[in-house]
Amino acid sequence: MTGWAQIALLFALVLGAAFPLGAYIARLYNGERVFLTPVMAPFERGFYKLAGIDPNRQMRWQDYAVALLMLSAVHAGLLYAILRLQYYLPFNPQNIPGMAPNLAFNTAVSFLTNTNWQAYAPESQISNGAQMFGLTVHMFLSAAAGIAAAGAMMRAFSGGHLTSLGNFYVDLTRIALYLLLPVSIIAAVLLLVAGVPQTFAPFAVAHTLSGEPQTIARGPVAFMEAIKEFGTNGGGFFNANSSHPFENPSAATLLLENWLLLVISFSLPITFGHIVKDRKQGIALFAAMAILLVLGVAGTYAAEAHGNALQIAAGASPLHGNMEGKEMRFGSALTSMFNVSATGTSTGAIAGATDSFMPLGGLVPLFLMQLGEVTPGGVGSGFYTMIVFALLSVFVAGLMVGRTPEYQGKKIQAKEIKLAMLAVLILTLFILGGAAFSLMTKSGLGSLANAGPHGLSEMLYAWTSATENNGSAMAGISANTNLLDYGLGAAMAFGRFAFLIPVLAIAGSLAAKPKLPPSAGTFPTTGPLFIGLLIGVIIILGGLQFMPADTLGPVAEHYLLASGKLF
Amino acid sequence: MFRELRPALTLVVLFTLLTGLVLPVLFTGFAQLAFPFQANGSLIRQNGQIIGSVRIGQNFTAPVYFQSRPSALTGTDAKGNSIATPYDASESGASNLAATSKALEDSVTARIAAYRAQFGPGPVPIDAVTASGSGLDPDISLADALRQAPAVAAARHWPVPVVIGLVHKLAQHPLLGFIGEARVDVLVLNLALDHEKP
Amino acid sequence: MSNAELISLFDRGIVMRAAGDALRKLNPITLARNPVIFVTEIVSMMVSIVGVENLLTGQPAGFPITVAIWLWLTVLFATFAEAIAEGRGRARAESLRRARSDTPAKLLSNMKDRRNFKLVPAPQLKRNDLVLVEAGDLIPSDGEIIEGIASVNESAITGESAPVIREAGGDRSAVTGGTQIISDWLVLRITADAGATFLDRMIALVEGASRRKTPNEIALDILLAGLTIIFLIAVVTLVGFGYYSDTKLNIPVLAALLVCLIPTTIGGLLSAIGIAGMDRLVRFNVVATSGRAVEAAGDVDALLLDKTGTITFGNRMAAGLYPITGIAERDLAEAASFASLGDATPEGRSIVSFMREQFSISLAMPAGSAVVPFSANTRVSGLDSGDKSWRKGAVDSILKSINVQPPADFNDAVSKVARSGATPLAVSANGRLLGVIELKDIVKPGIRERFAALRKMGIRTVMVTGDNPVTAAAIAAEAGVDDVIAQATPQDKLDYIRKMQAEGRLVAMCGDGTNDAPALAQADVGVAMQTGTQAAREAGNMVDLDSDPTKLIEIVEIGKQLLITRGSLTTFSIANDIAKYFAILPAIFVTTYPQLQALNLMHLASPESAILSAVIFNALIIVALVPLALRGVKYRAVGAAALLRRNLLIYGLGGIIAPFIGIKAIDLLLHALHVFS
Repeated sequence: MTGWAQIALLFALVLGAAFPLGAYIARLYNGERVFLTPVMAPFERGFYKLAGIDPNRQMRWQDYAVALLMLSAVHAGLLYAILRLQYYLPFNPQNIPGMAPNLAFNTAVSFLTNTNWQAYAPESQISNGAQMFGLTVHMFLSAAAGIAAAGAMMRAFSGGHLTSLGNFYVDLTRIALYLLLPVSIIAAVLLLVAGVPQTFAPFAVAHTLSGEPQTIARGPVAFMEAIKEFGTNGGGFFNANSSHPFENPSAATLLLENWLLLVISFSLPITFGHIVKDRKQGIALFAAMAILLVLGVAGTYAAEAHGNALQIAAGASPLHGNMEGKEMRFGSALTSMFNVSATGTSTGAIAGATDSFMPLGGLVPLFLMQLGEVTPGGVGSGFYTMIVFALLSVFVAGLMVGRTPEYQGKKIQAKEIKLAMLAVLILTLFILGGAAFSLMTKSGLGSLANAGPHGLSEMLYAWTSATENNGSAMAGISANTNLLDYGLGAAMAFGRFAFLIPVLAIAGSLAAKPKLPPSAGTFPTTGPLFIGLLIGVIIILGGLQFMPADTLGPVAEHYLLASGKLF
Repeated sequence: MFRELRPALTLVVLFTLLTGLVLPVLFTGFAQLAFPFQANGSLIRQNGQIIGSVRIGQNFTAPVYFQSRPSALTGTDAKGNSIATPYDASESGASNLAATSKALEDSVTARIAAYRAQFGPGPVPIDAVTASGSGLDPDISLADALRQAPAVAAARHWPVPVVIGLVHKLAQHPLLGFIGEARVDVLVLNLALDHEKP
Repeated sequence: MSNAELISLFDRGIVMRAAGDALRKLNPITLARNPVIFVTEIVSMMVSIVGVENLLTGQPAGFPITVAIWLWLTVLFATFAEAIAEGRGRARAESLRRARSDTPAKLLSNMKDRRNFKLVPAPQLKRNDLVLVEAGDLIPSDGEIIEGIASVNESAITGESAPVIREAGGDRSAVTGGTQIISDWLVLRITADAGATFLDRMIALVEGASRRKTPNEIALDILLAGLTIIFLIAVVTLVGFGYYSDTKLNIPVLAALLVCLIPTTIGGLLSAIGIAGMDRLVRFNVVATSGRAVEAAGDVDALLLDKTGTITFGNRMAAGLYPITGIAERDLAEAASFASLGDATPEGRSIVSFMREQFSISLAMPAGSAVVPFSANTRVSGLDSGDKSWRKGAVDSILKSINVQPPADFNDAVSKVARSGATPLAVSANGRLLGVIELKDIVKPGIRERFAALRKMGIRTVMVTGDNPVTAAAIAAEAGVDDVIAQATPQDKLDYIRKMQAEGRLVAMCGDGTNDAPALAQADVGVAMQTGTQAAREAGNMVDLDSDPTKLIEIVEIGKQLLITRGSLTTFSIANDIAKYFAILPAIFVTTYPQLQALNLMHLASPESAILSAVIFNALIIVALVPLALRGVKYRAVGAAALLRRNLLIYGLGGIIAPFIGIKAIDLLLHALHVFS
């Protein structure tokens, strides 16, 4: 019972914050003055000046995409260099050597794309310096780029006959300076107070009560931890991610981190309501996201709280449910809530080992990712993916009211459908194609930690997570192989950019259309009926293609476990 | 296309300086000044020597101590063989064994048998026979601590109520009564045992 | 639905011919136009090959062959749906083709000299040729009358056998090739090249030969193709997952899964829906130049309707009496009747019948009486009989003719009538002023309700009239239109349409005069009257053969019905997938993981019968929905929200539930027949 109360509390906190934060982000998109303007405006102006940016320049969707890609390319190159050269760079008290090319490539793409898939073991493979000026900077900028792209998408609906989607550099800079930085700093202080380290000192060496030496990894964790969650990045300072006591020392920090990783993605639909000047439109998208996530959390928690029947039969107490891979300070409820939230967003952080979840408990995070990361998805990316689904929903069902489908007064025609299907296709191709191919190779099979259907789940999970830019893993899989480093690297890059470019093209195409005034004949895109429809379309168009594979993975595993079959 | 090169390069450099260098360094300075205990890893010192971190679990095998949860951490020995290195805090991680893993079921069964041998028959708290997510879990459930208490008391030749009293004194209860689980930090509890003079 | 329609849906001749066409349509080259069904055909071929191979090598071939048969039937049913939709149009095309005249046309070289003509075959006529047609001739091609007046039988096109008058000049100067001149003669200037006449276009249209996919259909096709590729990926990659899981997957099983998942139902019915929508329009005696126009009709936000003939009957009719003080109402009524006895205009007749209905006054023309006809000069008409005289007419003219100062209540009555938008007529008898008759433009019964229904659908109605603003506003209020363009000039109409379009609205209008041509061309849906000028017919994108402007409303409904049918069947088709999963997935995997039997929610008898039941359901549902596709989903004039709720319930929820029942029923049947169970 207390488990459900904890889950309810978190959602109440997110709900309460999403409305004011959504309004705040709308002001940022619109270039309006906010309370932080006196502090940040000098930085903002200075950045534009140094970078030669004309903040009044209006970009077509093509310009916006080129700007985003160029910045991404430059930044990925820088990270690759940092990772290869980290041995020679400052802040490396443990003298960690440079990364191998395959791992550095995988990691650079991973952080560039807001995925934060970690094929490396942080404690032994990455220096404090690389964590700071390599990974952490990407955590800010990849999040800001996603939120910027969401803003571009929103503007497409703000009026008729628009040629511009805004200015990428301005969006990026304002989001980073006015939203990500201030909240991250406050959150970092809170985490620090709660026990998250922030030090440049080398690992501590303790002499334990039992008289043995214990080396304790530590570093500048708190600052990175805040943006890791707030920007739905998810890349842990430590291998165990948010289940590590230094990343997530208590139930209170778990709640804070969980709130951080949900709040922007849930605010953006509210922002959308402000931009299109119809709050209900935003609330409808918000509701669809929230319902799916709550159902997901409930599903996983129910499975985890129930525990592993075989362990109980062997004599374990059923009190805490399934505790393999979970931390005692979190228990089943908080761990389920956190992991599902982090896969429903594209964060991919974990507070417990998803690999050791009950089969249905693990099916939920897998399926939420497969749905396209819209529950509520990554910062920005969740929103624009949701728009793609809204367009598809309106297109499929909108004809049923006897008009050419329109969303927010914008007609949806062949071009938008073509681009939307292209985007969805790419995701399906990489997830199913990549996983099926890997499972037929010796290298792929060698990476699996578990046998039987769960092995299939691990591989499917890896490709799903990479393609959907989530970054979590059924972490038993050995991901640092050439196949997976390069394969998943490609999946992450295509999952992000081959999706984003068609989406920006959709935005550009919609922006140029007239905005039709609503009438009694307009397909209603608010209210329970639309929310239900949207959820149905997300599940049927977004999830159905993965059902056969999922059936051979977690679903089969569930029934096998119930019959007592082990591998 | 190349018109975008300068803004891209400059913004990357500026943000790297701001969010990757200046702010983390300033923040570290602030942390070291304002919250040095937490900032350095909540380390406990005894007689000038670091004996561990409040946040990080330790491996206990002696019967006079409460035992931590199983840890799935492994390392390699000098010959390159994989060996168990429970609570080696230079790394972290879980067993990642599936619910349908025979290896997991076997070890849980073995741990239950060992637990019962040490602490008596009856249902075994699940956390005591399953490995944590980090391999560094500092806590055990309150149920587990209470179950272990009589054996610890016996090993120390103490009256059981003293140990149970200590467990209750150090138990951390859910925040606001419902957030998190009732638990005890094993290192803190064992330290308290060492300091307790019944 | 009427019985007649039922019969025509399953007309024996059409069905037989469609069955043949369905086979011809299996040609993969033409079928590639329809990606979903094309993929189904390829898959059917693969399964057939497996079946034959098994047969030859002595392996069990019953299952693959049965699956192959049903997959082929799926393809056939889809092509059959298209063929039957085309067949219905073709019957009409045949009769039209008969009307196409191959008789020689009388080509004139000099329009003054009608005796001197050269006989040339009609197909050799070129634009701007001058031809003579005389009584009994078929009009050889579309043309504009240069000279003459004649009665023409247009039944070949409109189905209406009463002849109509066509004459040079004015709004009735266009004639259509294939119609027959009954009396007199005409000189025409040909306005269409051979093969591009109205009749040719109409034949092509009803046959579906020149059918181009409409924008909406293209978008839907892309969605369906995308879904097909996505499910293709899902099924092909299953080979890899099956390999890992030691699941034996064979081509028939994978093919069954694929065909059940891709949207074959809507893929198979999509073009039939489009053709049927066009056909519905044709049966309504409206010819659209493109499917795009029909679709646009569903999207229309505003209707520009001419007041006269659409909203009102167009004739002013007596609607009230206002006697002056001291005059009995009945006296006024009697005088008004006498004054109108000899008046054959609609106004006059309406006065007589109004008095008959309201006051039971039935008068016979008094013997020896003389009718005073209306003249533009006096603007007065009436009757003289012996020493008695009755007059009615424009107020000032009557007052002038009897030269009296009107009493105050007379003036009040006149201004009250005028204010209400009606026309006051003064009545006098024997030089004495009696009172006022109110002549009103009568709004057609039921039109107000129709406009209210349109408003619910989000469509604004705009009344266009030449009346002054006062009169226009009064009629507008009575008819319940949303907006009025009074004293409208053609330029006003054009400006209004442009203004609406600038706001992003789609506008429909109808018109017949040459004046209307620019507005018809500008409007998103322009319906020209068949009686109208050639210019108007060229400018619009639809022609109403009945020349009934009210039909604009039906055209909008047909457009909406077309879109609704498409959307409903798409939703139904996609929603079907859930049940098919529960039938096929456990069946495929149960040999590897017997525990997955738990997913066999429908308790289907065996894996083979489960797969077969799903495939059979998938094929039969296409046939089952053909009548719906041809007839169209019923359209209701309720708001979009109510419409969506209703259709989502029927086709969304119904689409989820129906296959569970259908597949189970087929499985029970297979079981009863001991087939694969």
